[in-house]
Amino acid sequence: MTPDDRVEDVLRSLAPQVLGVLVHRYGDFARCEDAVQEALIAAADAWPRTGVPENPLGWLTTVAARRYVDMVRADSARERRERAVFDATPPDALVAPAPDEEPVRDDLLELLFLCCHPGLAASSQLALTLRAVGGLTTAEIATACLVPEKTMGQRISRAKQRLREVGARFEPPPEHEYGQRLQVVLHVLYLMFNEGYSTSAGAELRRADLTRPALHLVRRLHERLPKSGEIAGLLALMLLTEARSQARTGPDGTLVPLAGQDRSRWDAVAIAEGVDLITRTLATRPLGPYQVQAAIAAVHDEASSIETTDWPQILALYEVLERLAPNPVVTLNRAVAVGMVRGPHAGLALIGELESGVLAGSHRLLAVRAHLLEQAGDRVAAAATFQEAARMAGSRPEQRFLLRRATANRTA
Amino acid sequence: MKYLMLIYGNEDVWNSLAPADLDALIGEVDAFNEALRESGELIGVEGLIQRPRSVRMVRDVVVVTDGPYLEAKEFVGSYFAVDVDDEQRALEIARSYPGVRYGGGLEVWPLMERGGEL
Repeated sequence: MTPDDRVEDVLRSLAPQVLGVLVHRYGDFARCEDAVQEALIAAADAWPRTGVPENPLGWLTTVAARRYVDMVRADSARERRERAVFDATPPDALVAPAPDEEPVRDDLLELLFLCCHPGLAASSQLALTLRAVGGLTTAEIATACLVPEKTMGQRISRAKQRLREVGARFEPPPEHEYGQRLQVVLHVLYLMFNEGYSTSAGAELRRADLTRPALHLVRRLHERLPKSGEIAGLLALMLLTEARSQARTGPDGTLVPLAGQDRSRWDAVAIAEGVDLITRTLATRPLGPYQVQAAIAAVHDEASSIETTDWPQILALYEVLERLAPNPVVTLNRAVAVGMVRGPHAGLALIGELESGVLAGSHRLLAVRAHLLEQAGDRVAAAATFQEAARMAGSRPEQRFLLRRATANRTA
Repeated sequence: MKYLMLIYGNEDVWNSLAPADLDALIGEVDAFNEALRESGELIGVEGLIQRPRSVRMVRDVVVVTDGPYLEAKEFVGSYFAVDVDDEQRALEIARSYPGVRYGGGLEVWPLMERGGEL
C-alpha cells in the first residue's frame, strides 16, 4: 500500500463520521456535505506530504466546520445566517475540541438512509452515496459513471435539493419503514458494485473505483449490524464475485466467461472469507435473496472446473431464489443450470416461457438461447442466435465475445 | 443508461414557421435543455452545421465528397445525449422535445457502454 492509498483509505472511512458530526451540529445537510468535501480535498492534498495527523477525525472535523462557517458567511444573507448558526451552536462547539474529546460518532447508517432516500432516482441515490458516504469527489464519481463532471455535479446538487423538498431528515427511519429502507440501501450498494463489476466501457471490463467503495461500505454496515442476514449475504456475494475478477479479463482485455477462466487466478483468501461468512449466515439467519445469490457464487468458487461444479445444487438454489424474489433474469440463469443438469432441450423449453416477457429480444436471453443451442448440437441456429445477440449487446467486449462464438459455430 | 437523441430537421418545415413561432420554439428548446441540465441528466447537446462530408471507399480509394444527405428532405439537425435511469425516461424526454410538434422527428439510440455478466 502506498502512502497515497493509506491516506485515501483513512479519508474514505472517516468521511461519513465527519459529515455525521457536522450535520448533527448544524443540520444543513447540503452545506455540511460541501464543507466535508472541501476538508477531504484539503487532507488529500496535505497528508501525503505531512503524514496523517495523530487525530485525523479531529483534523477533518475542525477544517470542515471552519469551511462550513466560511460558506455561511459568504452567503448573501450573511448576518442573519451567522446569527442563526451562532445561536444553534453550543458554546463549547465553537472551540475546536481537543483530540481526545471529539466523540466518535458513527452515523454511517443514518447517512446511507438519507442518501438512499426513496424520493430520489436510483442514479441520484448512487451518486449521493458515493459522494457523501464513499468520500469520492464529484470528478471521481463522474469518471466512474462515465458522464461529464458538470452533469454529475448538477445531478448531486439536484439530489440534495430534492432531499430538502421531500423533507428528508437525518435520523433513522420509523420502525415500520426500517426494513424496507434498509433494502433500498442494500440495493444501491449492490448496484454500485454491479456497475463497477460489469461496466465495460473502453478497455476496462471492471472499475475498481466503484467495486472498492461498495465492498468497503457493506463491510462497515456488516460490522454495525452483524445480525442482519441480508447484509452478511451481500458482503459474501461481493467477496465471492470480486474474488474471480482477475481471471475475468483476458490478456487482450476481452471478457473471459466462467467456463474459460484460469481458476488458479481466483483470490483464495477472499473465497475463504466469503464461504465462511455465507455458511455461518445461512445456518443462523432467516433466508434472503442476497444470501442465496452468495451461496450460488460460493458453489462456483469452490469448484475446480465447470464440469466438476455441483450443478444440481446450483439449480436447487436458483429455484429457492425464484421463490424468494421472482424475476426473469433469475429464471434465465436457472435455464443455464437446467441445461447443465437435465440437458440443453430442457433449458430451451424453460427459455421459451421468457420469450413473451420483458427479456424478449434482449442480448442476454439470446446469448443463453444460443449457448443452449450450441450444446444441443444445432450449430446453424446457434451461430445465427449468437450473431443476433451480438447485435443487441450492450458493451463492446460482450459484443466481440458473442461475435467470436457466432463465428466458431459457423466454421465448426 | 445513456441515449443519443438524433433530431431530424426539415428545411421546408422550418422555413414555413412564422418568425414569432420560430422564436417561441427556440425559447422552448432552450428551456427544455436547461431543465435536462438541471436534473443532471444531460451529457451534451449541439446543433449540427449542414455541411457534412461523406467518406467512402470507391473501388480501392477512400473518397471524400459532400454528404449525400444534403439532398434529402430530412437531415440530422442536432443531437443531445442523456444519462437516465431507464428507457422509459429516455422516451419520455424524447416525446417532450418541443421540435417534434413541428414535424421532423427524433431517433433514440441506446449507447453501448455497460453490459451485464454473461
